[in-house]
Amino acid sequence: MGMSREELRLLREKKRLELHEGKDSENRIEILIGMGSSGIASGAKDILKTLSETLKERGINNAMIRKTGSLGLDHAEPTLEIKMSGMPDIIYGKVTSDVARRIVDRHILGRELVCGHVFDKPAQDVVKEPEHAI
Amino acid sequence: MPYKKFCLVCSGKQCASGQSEEIYKELKKLTMEKGICQDVQIVRTGCFGLCSKGPIVKILPDETFYVNVGVKDARAIIDEHIIAGQPVENLMLRHENPAKESRFYQKQVRIALRNCGIINPEDITEYIARDGYAALSMALFEMEPKDIIEELKKSGLRGRGGAGFPTWMKWKFTHDIRDQADEIFIICNADEGDPGAYMDRSILEGDPQSVLEAMALAGYACGSSMGYIYIRAEYPLAIERLYKAMDQAREYGLLGKNILGSGFDFDIEIRLGAGAFVCGEETALIASIEGERGMPRPRPPFPAVKGLWGKPTVINNVETYANIPKIILRGGDWFSRIGTEKSKGTKVFALTGKINNSGLVEVPMGTTLREIIYDVGGGIPNGKAFKAAQTGGPSGGVITAEHLDTPIDYETLGALGSMMGSGGMIVMDEDDCIVDVTKFYLDFSVDESCGKCAPCRIGGRKMYNILRKITMGKGTMEHIQQLRALAVPMQKASLCGLGQSAPNPILSTLRYFEEEYLAHIRDHRCPAGVCKALVTYTINPDICIGCTVCSRKCPNNCITGERKKPHVIDQDNCIKCGICYEGCKFGAVQIA
Ligand SMILES: Cc1cc2nc3c(=O)[nH]c(=O)nc-3n(C[C@H](O)[C@H](O)[C@H](O)COP(=O)(O)O)c2cc1C
Ligand code: SF4
Ligand code: SF4
Ligand code: SF4
Ligand code: FES
Repeated sequence: MGMSREELRLLREKKRLELHEGKDSENRIEILIGMGSSGIASGAKDILKTLSETLKERGINNAMIRKTGSLGLDHAEPTLEIKMSGMPDIIYGKVTSDVARRIVDRHILGRELVCGHVFDKPAQDVVKEPEHAI
Repeated sequence: MPYKKFCLVCSGKQCASGQSEEIYKELKKLTMEKGICQDVQIVRTGCFGLCSKGPIVKILPDETFYVNVGVKDARAIIDEHIIAGQPVENLMLRHENPAKESRFYQKQVRIALRNCGIINPEDITEYIARDGYAALSMALFEMEPKDIIEELKKSGLRGRGGAGFPTWMKWKFTHDIRDQADEIFIICNADEGDPGAYMDRSILEGDPQSVLEAMALAGYACGSSMGYIYIRAEYPLAIERLYKAMDQAREYGLLGKNILGSGFDFDIEIRLGAGAFVCGEETALIASIEGERGMPRPRPPFPAVKGLWGKPTVINNVETYANIPKIILRGGDWFSRIGTEKSKGTKVFALTGKINNSGLVEVPMGTTLREIIYDVGGGIPNGKAFKAAQTGGPSGGVITAEHLDTPIDYETLGALGSMMGSGGMIVMDEDDCIVDVTKFYLDFSVDESCGKCAPCRIGGRKMYNILRKITMGKGTMEHIQQLRALAVPMQKASLCGLGQSAPNPILSTLRYFEEEYLAHIRDHRCPAGVCKALVTYTINPDICIGCTVCSRKCPNNCITGERKKPHVIDQDNCIKCGICYEGCKFGAVQIA
């Protein structure tokens, strides 16, 4: 099944909207977990499990967990990022199972940040900079 | 009611030493006083990577970034910004040179790592949503092969695998002879042998499609329809994600026959390496793909002309490839605006050793070592002093404190007697012994030498043995001359880069730390207290309170003493494990 150039462009637009609209819509919560070698070595798989269990326990069913590569913050692994409407995008680091539960209860349900585990984005996003060629 | 604003106070090590905790408490106190603790949450965060301008406070969602904040500034932040909504101008970051690409406070610029930690590497559509395959699509329909090479030339991109050879030139060599060859190959070098580097692994785990797209671009530019990725078998996660990425790319018609209906065919296969360092050398890698033993071959002929199975072959490193789709999409001029005169763009470093924020960092070429270590890296732990940074792995050397402010690029590192290499950067503090570290790299090179040529096989072993003697206190002054004398023929007469560069760590450390070698030889002393044969542990009777901890912990039972009386080490039986030194809470155990 090959794509044409136009189909590639349409797919990009569609997926972009999907990812973008997802963030702004009231009822979607996105959690990105760093699942590179360094994240996994420091326990990212357990965090993923704890998160999905806790989300289920609290009856939150509009959260989407996505696996991603490593942000490069090895000193702060495991790391995850949460995007939801009404809150700034936040990266959490040094996430233990306990911190993961606090993130669900405080960040997602309580709309407050989990003190001591917030980390900054390491760099601006070059893909989102203006003057796209296409 | 949810909070309207968040006030992030850096509690990283450097800001903490600048009273960030007091700032945090003051901000909290003020929010109580003003009755706004329902509106704004004060939060402690990790290091922002700009410690030299700390303490840092950042306000969300406004994205206001305050630097050099003092306790006395807390009131202005609360009154003016939080309550009145007016950012405090004089606390905001001012760029020394606003014209440069430093519109943001972050020192990092992520081009090669642009998607790592952002997309799901197992879902090609997420890559596509972030301009993935837009460069290939544009190239196939709007650009001639020579236009691609022209963009690369403008960009100034040089190889990130070690030597820093201009990428466009390699591609052009092959492009120019493509009509004479019946087959041409594209190779991605993912062998990543430098023991201190792991950026290639991270890119393949976090953004495998970018490498596939770049290889297809290389195929189109150089007239090839077949690529190989040579990756070490110890990278199972990267391999698994590469396979998934290739399957998906084929499914979407972005690899295989007639890509996007353009008539261009390109496919990729994976070849696993057993992990020998020398197999990362391009001619050895090619031999290994051909099924031969991974031993280097003489160059010329260069792979660009006569490579895999004798056919013209373009071989590039993972990080080199990861830059390319972005360069084609935004143009070579954009890329060439980042970096220094001769080294363009960014470089990913794997920052490890005595550093607070270990990890992968991508900074523009020309960033200083000081910025990398004391801003991005968050400084040296436990208030220890910086001694040197090792770059270039077993082929490289050290950069010392006096060169902390040198802008780092291919040229400056070479002039300092080190090299860029693949980007491993190991930070050493006062507790690291320079002779011991050098011995480690020599040991590595000797172990990894394939033995094909004598200068490397024999010279390397000899140098290693001399270093071993020095660390055991059996060094002589002649040894220093011998090390220097052995280095030259090895650099000149070795067949491949491994042997040619193996003496570099010795020459570099002799250049900057000859005194430390002499201390080992002349004074039988290891100033850092690392070389066990030269260290004696003693207990200072004036400090020891006789808590008995050390005598209980000593694995060889050679510490004696009565409770509450000074203890003594029996030097004849001490195996110099250092456990007593680590364990004494009173600092009574001393190294001499
Ligand atoms: C001993 C030795 C080991 C090498 N190991 C690697 C490696 O692991 N990865 C790599 O990309 N290049 C390695 N190189 C450099 C390659 O020979 C080659 O220059 C590089 O793959 C070219 O890609 P680039 O121009 O994109 O840097 C090594 C070279 C030598 C001499
Ligand atoms: S220099 Fe060393 S690694 Fe290279 S071919 Fe000679 S013996 Fe083998
Ligand atoms: S641990 Fe320190 S203080 Fe305690 S007995 Fe040993 S040397 Fe003395
Ligand atoms: S260095 Fe080790 S062996 Fe020697 S006295 Fe201390 S604990 Fe015992
Ligand atoms: S510790 Fe605050 S910016 Fe690094």
